[in-house]
Amino acid sequence: MTATSSDPVFLEVAIDAALVLVGVLCVLCSYRVIRGPTIPDRVVALDAIATNVVAIAVLFALQTGRGLFVTVSLVLAIIGFIATVAVAKFVIEGEVIE
Amino acid sequence: MVVRAAVITALIVVGSFFLTVGTIGLLRLPNVYNRMHATSKPTTLGTAAIFLAGFVSFGPGSEGLTALIGIIFLLLTVPTGAHMIARSAERIGVPFLGSVTWPDESAVRDATRDAEERSTPASEMETDSDSDSKSETDDHRNE
Repeated sequence: MTATSSDPVFLEVAIDAALVLVGVLCVLCSYRVIRGPTIPDRVVALDAIATNVVAIAVLFALQTGRGLFVTVSLVLAIIGFIATVAVAKFVIEGEVIE
Repeated sequence: MVVRAAVITALIVVGSFFLTVGTIGLLRLPNVYNRMHATSKPTTLGTAAIFLAGFVSFGPGSEGLTALIGIIFLLLTVPTGAHMIARSAERIGVPFLGSVTWPDESAVRDATRDAEERSTPASEMETDSDSDSKSETDDHRNE
């Protein structure tokens, strides 16, 4: 049922390679966070990192066979969306909660 | 279950490809709006593919349904967030590239006036529709 040692070898290799790849992509996105010329650039890059971390959580759930981490990824998606909206409001108005 | 493992592997490969495309677009494109266009759509597709891999792996039990809910949530929230960042970028004055312009005020005003004329008789709309809708859009712009 879950991804454990009974899986074929190519599935484990694919999951491991995808985890490494998405981790490297997060590091590459942080280049735009640091160097981005404007604030919306940084927000967009952080949003991309948040979505990548959601993918990492699902891949980790696949690797370990623990379905709990799918729920963790859902919570991370919610937090990323709220952070994006909060920063977008903050950039315009200078305050989020009046 | 070799077939299920093959499907999961294919979905993971597709998702990794789309995530890579989104990151390359984020690094290479010249403008905030272009970068946003490059990240939001491929990143959503890639993460949705990986969520689908989770659904195939865990089956239609509780965790698989959570993965489907995650796909729906991503499809709802990522365009909303990108829209809000684009609007705030335009408000704080990030310039557009080349001949790109913000959607024209007069076009929006004409569209709303046409809709009003279609729903109400044209004779009584002649006098006040112009000034009202114009001041409305001006207020919205200066907000």
